[in-house]
Amino acid sequence: MADTPSLPPRRARIGADIGGTFTDVVLETPTGRHSTKLLTTYDAPERALLDGVQLLLTEAGLTPADVELVVHGTTLATNALIERRGVATALLTTEGFRDVLALGTESRFDQYDIAMEKPAALVPRRLRLGVPERIAATGQVLLELDEDAVRAAAATFREENIRSVAVAFIHAYANPAHELRAAEILAEEMPGVSLSLSSEVSPEMREYERFSTTVANAYVQPIVDAYLRRLETRLGELGFACPLYLMLSSGGLTTVDIAARFPVRLVESGPAGGAIFAASVAAERGAKRVLALDVGGTTAKICLIDDYRPQTSQVFEVGRAHRFRKGSGLPLRIPVVEMLEIGAGGGSIASVDRAGRLAVGPHSAGSEPGPAAYGRGGTRPTVTDADIVLGRIEPSRFAGGKVTLDPAASNTALAALGIWDGKAETLAVGVSEIVDETMAGAARVHAVEQGTTLEERSLIAFGGAAPLHAARFAEKLGIDEVIIPAGAGVGSAVGFLRAPVSYEVARSHHLQLVDGADLGALNTLLDAMAAQARALVDKGAPESEQTERRVALGRYQGQGFEIPFDLPETALTDVADLRTRFEVAYRQQYGSQSLDLPVELLTFRVAVSASVWQGADQGAPAAERWIEPPAHREVIDPDAGIAMPFAIVSRETMEPGDAVRGPALITERETTTVVSPRFDVRMDVNRYLVLTRRPAEIEA
Amino acid sequence: MSQALSELRNQVIWTRLIAIVEEQAQTLMRTAFSTTVRDAGDLSAALFDLEGRLIAEAVTGTPGHVNSMASGVRHFIERFPLDTMNAGDHFITNDPWLTAGHLHDVTVVSPAFHDGRLVGLFGVCCHQVDIGGLGQGPDGRSIYEEGIQIPLMKLASAGDLNEPLLEIICQNVRTPLQVRGDILSYVTSNNAAIRRLSAMLTEFAMSDLQGVADYIVDQSLTASRTEIAQLPQGSWSSTLTLDGYDHPVTLRATLTIDGETVKVDYAGSDPCLPRGINVVLNYARAYTVFALRCVISPEVPNNAGALAPFEVTAPEGSILNVQRPWPVAARHIIGQMLPDLVFGCLSQAIPDRVPVEGSSCLWSVQLRGRLPSEEQGRQGDLFDTIFFNSGGSGARPGQDGLSGTAFPSGVRAMPVEVTEHGAPIVIWRKELSADSGGAGRLRGGLGQKVEVAMRDGSPFEVLAMFERVDHPARGRDGGSDGSAGVVRLSTGTLLKGKGRQEIPAGERLILEVPGGAGQGDPRDRDRVAVTEDLSEGFISADAARAIYGLA
Repeated sequence: MADTPSLPPRRARIGADIGGTFTDVVLETPTGRHSTKLLTTYDAPERALLDGVQLLLTEAGLTPADVELVVHGTTLATNALIERRGVATALLTTEGFRDVLALGTESRFDQYDIAMEKPAALVPRRLRLGVPERIAATGQVLLELDEDAVRAAAATFREENIRSVAVAFIHAYANPAHELRAAEILAEEMPGVSLSLSSEVSPEMREYERFSTTVANAYVQPIVDAYLRRLETRLGELGFACPLYLMLSSGGLTTVDIAARFPVRLVESGPAGGAIFAASVAAERGAKRVLALDVGGTTAKICLIDDYRPQTSQVFEVGRAHRFRKGSGLPLRIPVVEMLEIGAGGGSIASVDRAGRLAVGPHSAGSEPGPAAYGRGGTRPTVTDADIVLGRIEPSRFAGGKVTLDPAASNTALAALGIWDGKAETLAVGVSEIVDETMAGAARVHAVEQGTTLEERSLIAFGGAAPLHAARFAEKLGIDEVIIPAGAGVGSAVGFLRAPVSYEVARSHHLQLVDGADLGALNTLLDAMAAQARALVDKGAPESEQTERRVALGRYQGQGFEIPFDLPETALTDVADLRTRFEVAYRQQYGSQSLDLPVELLTFRVAVSASVWQGADQGAPAAERWIEPPAHREVIDPDAGIAMPFAIVSRETMEPGDAVRGPALITERETTTVVSPRFDVRMDVNRYLVLTRRPAEIEA
Repeated sequence: MSQALSELRNQVIWTRLIAIVEEQAQTLMRTAFSTTVRDAGDLSAALFDLEGRLIAEAVTGTPGHVNSMASGVRHFIERFPLDTMNAGDHFITNDPWLTAGHLHDVTVVSPAFHDGRLVGLFGVCCHQVDIGGLGQGPDGRSIYEEGIQIPLMKLASAGDLNEPLLEIICQNVRTPLQVRGDILSYVTSNNAAIRRLSAMLTEFAMSDLQGVADYIVDQSLTASRTEIAQLPQGSWSSTLTLDGYDHPVTLRATLTIDGETVKVDYAGSDPCLPRGINVVLNYARAYTVFALRCVISPEVPNNAGALAPFEVTAPEGSILNVQRPWPVAARHIIGQMLPDLVFGCLSQAIPDRVPVEGSSCLWSVQLRGRLPSEEQGRQGDLFDTIFFNSGGSGARPGQDGLSGTAFPSGVRAMPVEVTEHGAPIVIWRKELSADSGGAGRLRGGLGQKVEVAMRDGSPFEVLAMFERVDHPARGRDGGSDGSAGVVRLSTGTLLKGKGRQEIPAGERLILEVPGGAGQGDPRDRDRVAVTEDLSEGFISADAARAIYGLA
C-alpha cells in the first residue's frame, strides 16, 4: 500500500470481535494489516482478546502506547440471552399486565405445526409483579403509583435474590414519572440492584416489544457491565491509554459507559461489523447498490447496502429458536442493521422431507461432529460434503490444511439420501442447487419487505462458505457482478475499524398533521434528543465533525404500519411541508398514489454520527492480464449438471489486473471461490476478486 | 443422470414458485391499506394452473382464506373462458359462495402471460374492514343487509380499470378511499407476481407451467396419500354443541378414512339460521381440511394435490352449507370451531396425534361509544374500535395447550397501547387467569381476563360475538373442561355472549376468555409440572391440592 504521509507510521488501531467460536483480532497501521483468530475463552472472554492483541503488537513491533483506538464487538449479551445465562431478573409492571411477555402477539408463527411452542419469557411469571398505577395514552395519570405496593414487590425480589429489575409500565414512553419514582424506591429498598427502565431503554409505543427489550437489557446488564469494566482495567494495566469503543447493533460506535448501561444495543455487533465491512468494500469499489451475503457454517446473513450505508431497522428478534422463523425469538426494539438470517451454511444438513423433497437446513452439523467428510462422527450429508463431491474443494487443502477431509464419506452420506438415481454426484448437484435457491428466495422476499429490488445490484460475498456459492446465487438473482474481498475471514473485526462513532435517540410523540398543529413542542423535543445524542458522540469522538439525521415515522390515520421519512435539521415550521415529505416517501416505498386522508406522526429519531470512514485513494486501475491457468480439474457445474474442466489458480499468486476466464476455482487458505462457466474473474487494485458475468450470458 | 436432473429441476422450480407467491403476499401486505391485511395477515396469495388447480400458495395467510380460494378460481375460468383473457385483465368477486364465505373477503384473479401466451393465474383474497351494510356482526337477517355484493366481474381490461365498477363499490362503503386503495394493491401484487413468473420461465427456458404443475400436484398427492394410507381405516362420528346466537347450535361430523381418502360429512348438523353465523360449504371445507392437514400431512406444501384426498360434504341448507340469501357475515364464529369437531372424530382413530378442544373462536371485542374530548375528532362523535383476544388451546399430544394464543385462526392481536391510542378507552387488565386451563395429565392452555372501560367513565356499547360461554371446551380421557367464557359488568351483572349491549357509566366490561381443555387424569400429571404451575400461578393452591392431588 502507498504511504500516507499525514499519519505517523506508529499509529495503530485494533478491532476485536468475540464470536461464539472464534475471537478475531485485527490490527491496522497506515502501512498494513495484521490479523489473528483465537478460540473464544468463555470463562473470561477478555483473555483471548488480550492474547490476540499482544500477539499482533509483537508481530507488528508495536507497543500499547502506539495504539490510538480499540474497537470491540462481542456476542456476550447475545449468548447470555440465547442460552438463558443471564442474572436473576424480575419485572415490575402495571397491575393487570404481568403477562405481556407471555401473551406476545397471541399468534402462532407456524400455521400447521400443532406442536409449536412460543419463546419462553426471560423472567418467570412469579417474578413478574404488577403494582397499581396507570398512565393513559395521552400521558395523563389515571391512577397514582401505589408506593407501598412497590416496596412490597421489592421485599419479594430481595427474598428471591434478584440482582436486576426491569421496570416497565403501560404508556411509560408518554410519561415516565411512575417508572422513575418506582426506580427510586427500588434503589432504596434494594441497594446495588441493577435497574432498567422501559422509558430509557426503549421509549416507544407497543408494550410487548418495549417490555421484552427492557427485560433483555436487565437480564444481561450486570454481566456485560462487569466484563467491560474488567476489560477496561486490564487494557489500562497493559499500558493502553487510548479510548475503547463498543460496536453497536446499528453499525455505530459507543462508549463503555453507554454500552454498560444499555447492553441490549450490542446484541448484533458482530454481524453489524460484517455489514460495515461490506459497506466499506462497496465504497472502495464505488458500488452504490449492493447485496451483502455472509455465509458461515450454520447460517447465511443477507443485508442490503445502498449508497455505502447498510439498511437499518428498529426491531430485531434474538434467538429464533424454530427454524429461524419470524416470531420464534424474543423481539428487541433497538436500532439494528437490517439483516435476514436463515439456516443455510456449509454445515447445513440435507434430508428428504415427508413430501419426498430434498431439503437443506436449517439444522446444521456445526463444527462438531461437522460434515461427514470431517470423519468426526457426522454421517449426515451437508453442503460442504456436496461441495467436495462436486470437486470444488481440494481435500488436502481444506481450511489451510487444518482439517483432513474424507471424500468417500461425503459420497456415502449423499448417496444414502436414497432418492432420484441414488448417485452421490446427482444429489450433490441437488444439495447445492437447493441451498442456493433457498438463499436466493430468501433474498428476494427480504428485498420486497424492504421495499426495494435486487436487479442491478453488486454482490459482496464473505464468510467461509460464501465464495463457493456466490456465483450461482448471483445467477439465480440476475446479478452480474460478484466481489470477494480480501480479509473476508475477519470481516467483522475489520468493519469495526471503519464504523463511525454514533448514537441514536428515539422517542414516541403523537402529532396529527393538521393546520395549526403544535410544532413548537416537537421542535423542543427534537432539539433535546439531538443534544443528548451529540453529547454522547462528543465523548467518543471529541474533535470529529458530526452529521445529524432526523427521521419521523408516520402513517395515514387508521393504518397499522408507519414509514420513515427524513426531517430537516432546522426547526419545523410548515405542516404542509411535513405532509409532502411523508407523501413522497409513501410513493417511493409502495409505488401507489397518495391518499386524501389525514396523516399522523408517531415516532421520532435523531441519529448523530462522527465522520464516516473514507477509503484510500484507489489510484489507476491495474492493466488487465489474462492468465494462462497452471492446472485444470474436473468439477461439476450445477446448472449444466455435468463435470467439465475448471481452471485452478491460487489467489496468492494473483496480482492486481490478473484475470481468469471461467469456469475456474480460485483457491486460498481458508476458502475457494467458484467462478462458474458463465463468469470471468479478475483481481482489482484492492486485491479483491471481481467476478463479472459475460455479456453473452446476460442476454441468454 | 438426466431423469434425476429433471426431477431436481422440477423441485428447484417448485421452491421458486413458492417464493414467488410469498413475494406476492409480502407485496400485498406492504401496499394494502387496511390493517386486517397489514397488521393481522388476514389474506392469501396463490398461483393456479390453466385448469384452475392450486399450484403454490404463500405461507403467509390464514386458513379460512387459504383453502377457500383453492376452489374459487374455477368459477372465474367458467365465467371468463381462458381464450377470452388478455394480458392486463383482472377479475374480481366477493361472492361468499364462490370464495371465502362472507362479503368482506374480496378476491382478485389475474391471468399471467408469458411471451404472449397464457400460462397461469394469480389470485389474492383479503379481508376488507368495511364492505357497507350493517358492518361485520351476526345481526343481519339476509345477505342483502350485510353489504355490497360484487358478482364475478372484470376489474380491468388489458390494463384499463373498470372505473364504473370501482365507483359503485366506493359509493357503497364507509371508507371508500381505503377500499379503493386496497383493491388497487391487489392488482399491484398480482402484477408483481406475473412479472416474476415470466422472468422465471425465461431463466429456465420454459414455455409454460403444465409439466411442472403436474409434477407438483402428483408429488403432493402421492405424499398425502402415503400419510393417509398409514391411518386406521373406518368411520367415526362426533358432535359439538355451541352457544349459537340465541339458542344452542349442534354440529355433527362423520369422518371416514377409506383407503387413500379422508371424507368428512356434516349431515346431522343443525339447519341454517336467520343470523349471520351461517357458513358456506367452501369455508367449512377450508377449516375442516386445515385441521386434517395439521394432524395428517403438515409437511406437504398446500396445493391441489395436497388437498385432493380430503372430501368435505354437508346437506344443502345446513348451517355448514348455507344457501343464498341467508346471512353469513360472522361465519368465523362457527367456522373456527370446526377443527375441534374434526379432532373429536380423529381422536377416536389416532388418539395419540390429536389435540383436545380449545377456546378456538377468537374473542373480537367490538366497542362503540362517544368521543369524550376534541383530541380524536369532535366531542360527542360516535367511534368504533376493535381488538382481538385469544383464549387457551386444548392440551396437545405430549404437550400442554398454548395459553392466550389463537388457534385455528392465524391473526395477531394488536398492542394495548396502540388500541388505546386509536380510541378513548382504557384496557385495565389483560392477563392470564389462574385455573382457566382444563386440568389434566396434560393441561389446557389458559384463557385471559380482560377489563375495559371508557377513559372518562362514560357509557359505551359492546357488539358481542363471543363463543363458549355456555359450552366450554370439553376434556378428554379424564381431563377437565376448560373454563367457560364470561361476559359481565364490574358490578357482577352477566351479559349475553352475542348481540349489542350497553355498559353503564362508571362501569367496566369484564371478559373472561375461555380456557382450553385438559387431557388425562390430573393426578397423573408430572409432579414437577404441577409444582411449576403452582409457583407460576397457572393453578391455585386449592386446585393443586384438590384436583392434582399435590401433597
